[in-house]
Amino acid sequence: MKKRTLYLLCFLATFYFFDGCKRSADRRYIQIKGSDTMVNAAQLLSEKFMQQYQDIFVAITGGGSGVGIASLINETCDIATASREMKPKEIEMARKRGGNPVEIVVAYDGIAVIVNLKNPVEQLTMKDLNRIFTGQAGNWKEFGGPDLPIVLLSREVSSGTHIYFKEEVIREGKRDSTAEFSPDALLLTSSQTIVEEVANNQAAIGYFGMGYISDRAKTLKVGSDGVHFYAPDIKNVLSKQYPLSRPLYFYTNGDPVGIVKQFVDFTLSPEGQRQFAETGFVPREALSE
Amino acid sequence: MNRKWTETVIEAAIRLSGFLLIAFVFLIFLFLLKDSLSLFRVYPFFDFIAGTKWLPISEPPSFGIVPLVMGSFMVTAGAIAICVPIGVAAALYIAEIAPGFLKTILKSLIEVLASIPSVVLGFIGIVWLGPFVKNLFHLRTGMCGLTGVFLLAFMALPTIITISEDALASVPRMYKEAAYGLGATKWQALWRIVLPAASSGIMAAIMLGIGRVIGETMVVMMVTGNAPVIPTSLLQPLRTLTATIAGEMGEAVSGSDHYYALFAVGLVLFIITFILNFTAERFLRRTRR
Amino acid sequence: MNGAKLREKIAFTVLGFVTLLVILPILLILYYVISRGWGAMSWEFLTQNPRNGMKEGGIFPALVGTILLVIGTMAFSLPLGILSAIYLVEYARDNLFTRMIKLSVVNLSGIPSIVYGLFGFTVFVVFLHFGASILAGSLTLAIMSLPVIITSTKEALEAVPMSYREISLSLGATRWQTIRYCVLPYAIPGILTGTVLSLSRAAGETAPILFTVAAFYLPHLPRSVFDQVMALPYHLYVISTQVPNVPEKFSFGTGLVLIALVCLMNVVSIVLRAHFRKKKQW
Repeated sequence: MKKRTLYLLCFLATFYFFDGCKRSADRRYIQIKGSDTMVNAAQLLSEKFMQQYQDIFVAITGGGSGVGIASLINETCDIATASREMKPKEIEMARKRGGNPVEIVVAYDGIAVIVNLKNPVEQLTMKDLNRIFTGQAGNWKEFGGPDLPIVLLSREVSSGTHIYFKEEVIREGKRDSTAEFSPDALLLTSSQTIVEEVANNQAAIGYFGMGYISDRAKTLKVGSDGVHFYAPDIKNVLSKQYPLSRPLYFYTNGDPVGIVKQFVDFTLSPEGQRQFAETGFVPREALSE
Repeated sequence: MNRKWTETVIEAAIRLSGFLLIAFVFLIFLFLLKDSLSLFRVYPFFDFIAGTKWLPISEPPSFGIVPLVMGSFMVTAGAIAICVPIGVAAALYIAEIAPGFLKTILKSLIEVLASIPSVVLGFIGIVWLGPFVKNLFHLRTGMCGLTGVFLLAFMALPTIITISEDALASVPRMYKEAAYGLGATKWQALWRIVLPAASSGIMAAIMLGIGRVIGETMVVMMVTGNAPVIPTSLLQPLRTLTATIAGEMGEAVSGSDHYYALFAVGLVLFIITFILNFTAERFLRRTRR
Repeated sequence: MNGAKLREKIAFTVLGFVTLLVILPILLILYYVISRGWGAMSWEFLTQNPRNGMKEGGIFPALVGTILLVIGTMAFSLPLGILSAIYLVEYARDNLFTRMIKLSVVNLSGIPSIVYGLFGFTVFVVFLHFGASILAGSLTLAIMSLPVIITSTKEALEAVPMSYREISLSLGATRWQTIRYCVLPYAIPGILTGTVLSLSRAAGETAPILFTVAAFYLPHLPRSVFDQVMALPYHLYVISTQVPNVPEKFSFGTGLVLIALVCLMNVVSIVLRAHFRKKKQW
């Protein structure tokens, strides 16, 4: 009856796992969930953090800012990472459940605009970007490029990056604007897919958080006044000269305590901030080398 | 007496598991319905089902699923148009023509195909098939319906081949022998007698193939570009029902209209596949008689 | 008659070519993945944590996570699936209840995997407060794999000749004794085949685990069923679409391990079936 042994083993395995479920009060386990933009930075942070504090485990889950905030509300994570601010509705829901979300700005992110390496265009104004992404300008010729129809690449509608770009570029920061992305824009599920597509497609233009900048695509300089153009780098984002930048957040339930506080402190320490720079984001302050 | 008692318990467990099956389907339906109704309380049902704009995060949002249904419909139609003739032909070859050893090899390979995880195929779609399709048709981008169609057709093949082959194999030998007796060649017997006799089984195969294609998520999300426009050609990017759920669920604010809208999309998918499978079952039952 | 013979020849050749058209891409894909992923294969790749922003190291936690999920799925779906199939074959009379069960199986088999994901998320993760966990993920995958297990178990049970049951019953055995000692032993290989097949599908699924269990980065093993795990399909999804600049051989290597795992399970199932066919002598 080998079969019976097999069953027995399965059940034993199951019980073993159930047995572990008595979560001890002094848990050394931090759950971080949220933004896909920040997931790589958070991953590197936790890797370094765990090297320093070997008895603490950190789990990172992506999915999106919405997922992170929802699980903070449901108390299934300790830190929610978000590339957008919590919405009033979310704060209200958290309060209703007795939570008290605390916002911590951990770094900044510049939104880079990229084109194919073969595209001669080097810089665009905010107005140009607006006309391109709303579909008013449809050919690269207009901007000194080749005679090719522009292929628009955008992130998924609900990603924080998409929402930010829509507010700042499509709606030009005006609250009452109802402008939308051109309906022809491709909505790609991740920044990495945008890199792949831009690298392979001469007519494509896309945007994403600075962390994804790679030498396989050309990063454009962007300016607001048509005279000065700035590349998305740490210096220009910190000086606010680069027009497309936003803060990145950690949300915790109440002021962080215990190991969560340790992690937040580590994040804000020079060592932690260096991990953001490492993954292509902008630390809160210029790092002394 | 002890033995009798065991018997009662086991029979109860057997009945209970039958009951659980029904409960699962009901639960899935109920949970989808419950959350969908939360949407229809604030958003008119008609605008959902007949709306032509899917702008879930705009103010005010619009949740029209026509572009998504059309996207799903177009890729499904395309995939079915490709894989049905190929699948049925391959089934004929495997069931009636291939010699024994080849048959085993072919069937095993088809099973291997059935078990290649969809995310692997999606990955191949991104790195290889997408650029290939783009160059072949001189498209603006390879992230389009057609790339999805090829991959989906490929993925639906095992379903269609296996079920068609079963249907062909279950045609009584007598039919063929009678045809041979009248002087028909093997091909004539196959084409004129066996194929028509198996037709309702093949119809079932097609239905189940459609179900497989329409429900596929990862591949379409990774390769079709996801632009929520009503597609007019397969060479355009398009967005399907399944990709919408998978792509937006993560970022949707829990408890928001957008969140509920995604469950409503899930409900639509549930109903579509229910009808498809129900019809397929009818066809299958007819074959058995 | 010659024309008909010729037509037959042409038709058969065409069919043969079409079949080749189906088979070639399968071989091509396998070759493509193996040739590019082979470079990543090493003992370290299989046994180490991902390192340095997931661009180095291995896939150990994802591999273990997938195996755990398969075990969890089996723990729930195997008993339930076999019992339901026994009900359908041995107990069911043709009444409304039975018809509803059959309809449910048909329906479950067709529900898109992402809808299972949604369901698992609302019911197990949110409603029952399991959180994203092995438990929630396994339950979701288990419900999804039930139809295949039930269908193949049903076929296996139906293949056992009626006379076996009649003899056993006529000797005074109860219904359960008959099933236990005269039906199940002969059906077990068939049941195993179906189970392994459905578990191999579960191992490769991404959509149902997106919101129910998969973690992006979790470099240690779970301690309870309420922990999250990494999973191979999800890992491949994120490193091929979300993490910047992952070396190509890593993505292909992960794909290769996933395919190998799934194919290994398939081979087991094929061997079992061959074994079963040889032994079947009624």
